[in-house]
Amino acid sequence: MNLHSDLLQFRQQQQTRRVFIGRAAQGMGAFALASLLDPSILRAVPSPPSRKDKWPGVVNPLHHPAKIKRVIWLSMAGGPSHLETWDYKPKLTAMHGQAMPESFTKGKQIAQLQGAKLTCYGPQLGFKKFGKGGAEICDLFEQIGSVSDDICFIRSMTTEAINHDPAHMFMNTGSQIAGRPSMGSWLTYGLGSVAEDLPGFVVLTSLGKGGQNQPIAARQWSAGFLPSRFQGVHLRGKGDPVMYLGSPAGVSREQQGDVVAAVNALNKKHDVIVDDPEIATRIAQYEMAFQMQASVPELVDASKEPQTILDLYGCKPGDGSFASNCLLARRLAERGVRFIQLYHKDWDHHGGVKDGVTLKAAEIDRACMALITDLKQRGMLQDTLIVWAGEFGRTPMSQGGSGRDHHNAGFSIWLAGGGIKGGIGYGATDELGYSAVENPTNVHDLHATMLHLLGIDHTRLSVKFQGLDARLSGVEGAKLLKPILA
Amino acid sequence: MKLFAFLSFAFVCAAPAFAAPAPSPSPLPAKIDFNRDIRPVLSENCFACHGPDAKQVKGGLRLDQRDSTIKQAKSGKIAIVPKQPSKSELVRRITTKDTDDLMPPPESHKKLGSREVALLQKWIEQGAEYQAHWAYVPPMKPAVPASQNGVDFLVQQRLKAINLKPSPEADRRTLARRLYFDLVGLPPTSAEVEAFVNDKSPDAYAKLVDRLLASPHYGERMAIGWLDVVRFADTIGYHSDTPRNVYPYRDYVIRAFNENKRFDQFTREQLAGDLLPNATLETRVASAFNRLLLTTEEGGAQAKDYEVRYLTDRVRAVGTVWLGQTIGCSQCHDHKFDPSTQRDFYAMGAFFADIKESIVGKREEGIVVPSEKDTAEIARLDGETARLQKAFDAPQPQITAAFSKWQETTLVGLENEANWKPLAPVTAVSVGGAKLTVQPDLAVLASGKSADKDTYTLAFTNALSGVTGLRLEVLPDASLPASGPGRAANGNFVLTEIVATVKRGEQKPESVKFAAARATFEQTSAASTIDGDAKGAAFGWGVLPEVGKAQQLVLELTTPLTLAAGDVLTIELKQNHGNKSHTLGRFRIAATMDAAAARMIAPPPPPADIVAILKIASEKRAVAQQEKLFTYYKILTPELAGLRQQVAASKKAKTDFETKLPRCIISESSPAPRTVRLLPRGNWMDDSGPLMQPALPVYLAVSVKPPENRRLTRLDLAEWIVAKENPLTARVFVNRVWKQFFGMGLSKVLDDLGAQGEPPVNPALLDWLASDFRDSGWDVKRLVRVIVTSATYRQTSITSRELLSRDSENREHARQSRWRLDAELVRDNALTVSGLLVTKIGGPSVRPYQPDGYWENLNFPVRNYDASKGEDQFRRGLYTWWQRSFVHPSMLAFDAPTREECAADRARSNIPQQALVLLNDPTYVESARAFAARIVKEGGADANARLVWAWQQAIARAPRADELVTVRALFDKHLALYKTDTKAAEAFLKNGLNPAPQGADAAELAAWTNVARVLLNLHETITRS
Repeated sequence: MNLHSDLLQFRQQQQTRRVFIGRAAQGMGAFALASLLDPSILRAVPSPPSRKDKWPGVVNPLHHPAKIKRVIWLSMAGGPSHLETWDYKPKLTAMHGQAMPESFTKGKQIAQLQGAKLTCYGPQLGFKKFGKGGAEICDLFEQIGSVSDDICFIRSMTTEAINHDPAHMFMNTGSQIAGRPSMGSWLTYGLGSVAEDLPGFVVLTSLGKGGQNQPIAARQWSAGFLPSRFQGVHLRGKGDPVMYLGSPAGVSREQQGDVVAAVNALNKKHDVIVDDPEIATRIAQYEMAFQMQASVPELVDASKEPQTILDLYGCKPGDGSFASNCLLARRLAERGVRFIQLYHKDWDHHGGVKDGVTLKAAEIDRACMALITDLKQRGMLQDTLIVWAGEFGRTPMSQGGSGRDHHNAGFSIWLAGGGIKGGIGYGATDELGYSAVENPTNVHDLHATMLHLLGIDHTRLSVKFQGLDARLSGVEGAKLLKPILA
Repeated sequence: MKLFAFLSFAFVCAAPAFAAPAPSPSPLPAKIDFNRDIRPVLSENCFACHGPDAKQVKGGLRLDQRDSTIKQAKSGKIAIVPKQPSKSELVRRITTKDTDDLMPPPESHKKLGSREVALLQKWIEQGAEYQAHWAYVPPMKPAVPASQNGVDFLVQQRLKAINLKPSPEADRRTLARRLYFDLVGLPPTSAEVEAFVNDKSPDAYAKLVDRLLASPHYGERMAIGWLDVVRFADTIGYHSDTPRNVYPYRDYVIRAFNENKRFDQFTREQLAGDLLPNATLETRVASAFNRLLLTTEEGGAQAKDYEVRYLTDRVRAVGTVWLGQTIGCSQCHDHKFDPSTQRDFYAMGAFFADIKESIVGKREEGIVVPSEKDTAEIARLDGETARLQKAFDAPQPQITAAFSKWQETTLVGLENEANWKPLAPVTAVSVGGAKLTVQPDLAVLASGKSADKDTYTLAFTNALSGVTGLRLEVLPDASLPASGPGRAANGNFVLTEIVATVKRGEQKPESVKFAAARATFEQTSAASTIDGDAKGAAFGWGVLPEVGKAQQLVLELTTPLTLAAGDVLTIELKQNHGNKSHTLGRFRIAATMDAAAARMIAPPPPPADIVAILKIASEKRAVAQQEKLFTYYKILTPELAGLRQQVAASKKAKTDFETKLPRCIISESSPAPRTVRLLPRGNWMDDSGPLMQPALPVYLAVSVKPPENRRLTRLDLAEWIVAKENPLTARVFVNRVWKQFFGMGLSKVLDDLGAQGEPPVNPALLDWLASDFRDSGWDVKRLVRVIVTSATYRQTSITSRELLSRDSENREHARQSRWRLDAELVRDNALTVSGLLVTKIGGPSVRPYQPDGYWENLNFPVRNYDASKGEDQFRRGLYTWWQRSFVHPSMLAFDAPTREECAADRARSNIPQQALVLLNDPTYVESARAFAARIVKEGGADANARLVWAWQQAIARAPRADELVTVRALFDKHLALYKTDTKAAEAFLKNGLNPAPQGADAAELAAWTNVARVLLNLHETITRS
């Protein structure tokens, strides 16, 4: 060693001190001391990750008892028409083809129909009542109808944005400015994750067959100004499910384990000299990464699910469909993942809304029912919140004679699961389905209610950012949706 | 106890303030300092209701103003009675047990700690003196002995006061690595380390600093932080996140740092490089700064909405980059903590209302940014064109006879033209989706969608008797590529078949039979348009190279055709060639009843103004008329075809050359700036607010008097920012630079020097650096040199328990800090150690390997990622293609910001994804293999010697004995494994673009590759210490 003599002396002093007050007190944690010091016992599988690195959450203890442990958020990307799904408007049928009365539209934001003649466009699909609660929804969603007594339909949703990108940002972060944490990040920051060897916030995406697949930016699952450990991990349908998960070709799991063990052993030795707390974390992260290399492929492989389950969801493992993702969501929920977000695209029906929604119904109806049913039969629905929501809705006015434009003044979403009253509707739009008029609900209210169910007072989960106590639910006051709470 | 492993939870993040480990309560200072001790407490807990936002003030009490606090309030109480805490209502309200009276109110979730209460009491006791906010007072330069480095003097002054001792200097190996990473962002080679270690001269260190400051890589290193804070990226950000041309701006930044451009000029050029009186290409490129914001192309986006988004984005940028102020908070209301108002916000936004840009839609290509060499080449090409044009413009006596002949034939042609009657299509439809518009002269113009194959169907209802021929004229048009007449890029088209039918009443349509097809020019056979075969891709009528002018196809009918009223003549123009957009662009159908005309090809009539001249007898024409006619003739005569083509080719050579040159979107000022209004609650649909003119923030009194007789410009704003009196600019920049060398700012909230930021721990030091920087003429290299040559900088980063407990975050600088390298440098380090790095500076952004499908969620258009080939694969990290919505995953894993918003600071996380990247990303696997090849080739003969060599390369030191044993064991084991499984070894060596070296022993190289992976993954390897 070629160390400067002063430094050498300095280091030696530190080491001597640490032998007594450092190592002795701390012990070697979860790491196998022997394997780290004796390379002859390099093992293929390092010991399980040190849970010392586990994030306990800042809301600890909870602000009040939680109703749920996790959230599965079904993001119907593109903006589903509420008028062909959950919000029946016979008056709009009656007005079909007539001019949209200006009293409905005045002073409201309009997207692609700016400057166009606004004409009423009646609902293109039939509606039917389901369940004891008599939920009146589009008759193509029979499977969802069959579990509608577990569902609360909110028919008075509003949002601030009217273009896809900002609207997704607003729905995910409560802000239209990039750089704010998404809700999954807030949740894992606030509560930590139960998952032992998986990220606490997982994102799945699927394409629709109609081809209206709007882009989705990774910012939608970004941790924003929160540390990146809280960012959503996109589990991909093709290639490595997590990026860089696979070891290089020609490196066996055993060899990869050797490399990881050697890295950790050397880092440990280095820590003895420099006493850097980041090193213990680094070691834990290598252990975690190595565990993920095994656990994630096992997780995404649904091929061992019984046939009855595959039939329930109506999917083939690995087909990349929304139904497959719903099944994957259940598997993630079982493993303790805190926030699971599914994006299903192709709801952007500027044209052909009738055929478009028909196609979408075929893609999601059974899968949504299956997710609710499967969680219920495992006793997990009671501690899961399922949210079905687009980033906005669609106009009661026609666009191009067969479609509908973006719309933010009133649309529908639904919730199911723990703490939610099933079989009810909440709020309403006006008789033409334009504006939310009864119990108007905004995105901040929805976020606040979700946090409430998780045991968090939304006004108390905040992080200082640019001088402000930034919150998921915004600073302008959000209200809990108490009437829908069980 | 290793306390901080638990409390720091694996991240150090300076941007937002996370619950930091609570230091043990230290005794109250003897003299309470308002800025240091009181303002942060009031701002955090009280200002939201009792602060600068006048609309929110409760009970008329403003705690940010002393006058307001010491006078009797409406309630009759006095908040603060100086020197009498017991009579001060404030003290009663913060200490009361009555929750109705308690301040801050419980529902605010704010709570004063006992220390904070004690501070406030003691402060009132001492007279409750206020101070102006520290950052709004211009920095005063503290006195520093001439013989001493100001950093050392001021750090040590404080250390003495708080009874801490500086740490010893780091060893030279550590110093070399530290300096290299901090100044050029690359590790030193082992030879460079040895040279420095062995340089016994007293100025060895200073020489190294000078050498690195002069390195062209210094600019690259400094650029990284700047590119973050200005949010430089290759794509627009919103929705489709498509590319835009900006990389010349990045190269400008690198060059500016390398040339040590003064920071005031650097500022002017970026904000207003286009407005400078002596604007150059360079300053215009710098003004791309104003275009770096997020923009959209999303259909249905409302221009007014986005106009406001852009305005607010730009104001936030100025706030973050130069002022360290969260002005963005004043978009909807006056600032809650700082004195900036909503008027300040929109007045600042109005400075940028002159920038020309499409609000919703594609960014323009931008200006051409040629290098000096490129400029010379353009001049050469221009000269060549001028020479040829001159030759063409000469009188050309040799064509006089042909000119006369042409006039005669053209006049005959004009007579013939009278025999043709243009037909008006009643419908014109394109199968391929093109928009067909019938123009006033009855020509049809195609626009919009341009399919490769198409059929146009035209219907006519003219009543005509005895039609002998039909004619298709194809016509040039300015809207078409190369002026048409076709829609292909070269102006051509291919008409594969013409089918004409007549439908009379309810009868079956009868087809019209053609006897012959003749054309004014045939690139390919005109006859094939009537051969009954529309398919043959090789056949059909085209006109290359005689494009850009009118041509005619005349079809002679077998028998005369009569169309009665109500009959419909349908003509289908089939264009099945299939080559890109080879369809008709502009054309017209005519019919003749004259038998001769149907058999005759006459030159197409010239435009009307030429016809008018032709009809004048030549001796009666004015000189100008004669010249105009001759010029027209020169453009079409075959005799000058050669010269014409030369001129065209020369012009094309220049355009071709220019299309390959870099382009950059820049600021360009419009004489009619957009209207800016103050928006109540930030609502862009609310037009009720007052109109706003550009104006400087009122609360920052800088004695720059802008002229009052004209609208202020971005240049005025820039001058105000770099005015000597501006208290913020120098502090903000110096504070960020400090982070690069000590891991954290002197005030740690880098983007907020306002009330909610952090008063600097060592205010004298920040002020000294800021004033020295400003007074030096904004000399950045000098600032950097002062910092890195200080003894403070050179201390070891190894700390003692005592120091750790006294100053866990190293705010006092009684040691150096250590941190994981920035994302770009993690990459640069691995590529350097492996020998793969290509050190070329600047140029288009490059694409390192990236997992397939990472861009699958991008759309409009769908995009594939093509990893760069050749040397571009091995460039430095800062050249990585910055796709805002999907930043390269390796970079993202190591906390590279997305640059959607200005990022003054980067978090430093420590997450499993980083392990996956270093272990499995092909970049690092290939680096390991290349490193392994170097180890085998250069590292000596036996395994242990090679290991020692490898250690020297990777971390600039020799391995210790126990380290050697660990890695040697791995090597031996893997060598044995790969010897029995050569297939695995060979597969392993195939990673990456470069092949494994010829003749290498696969098993041996594979085993060394795993050794190299271990070294490249070490915490020490990716740490600057």
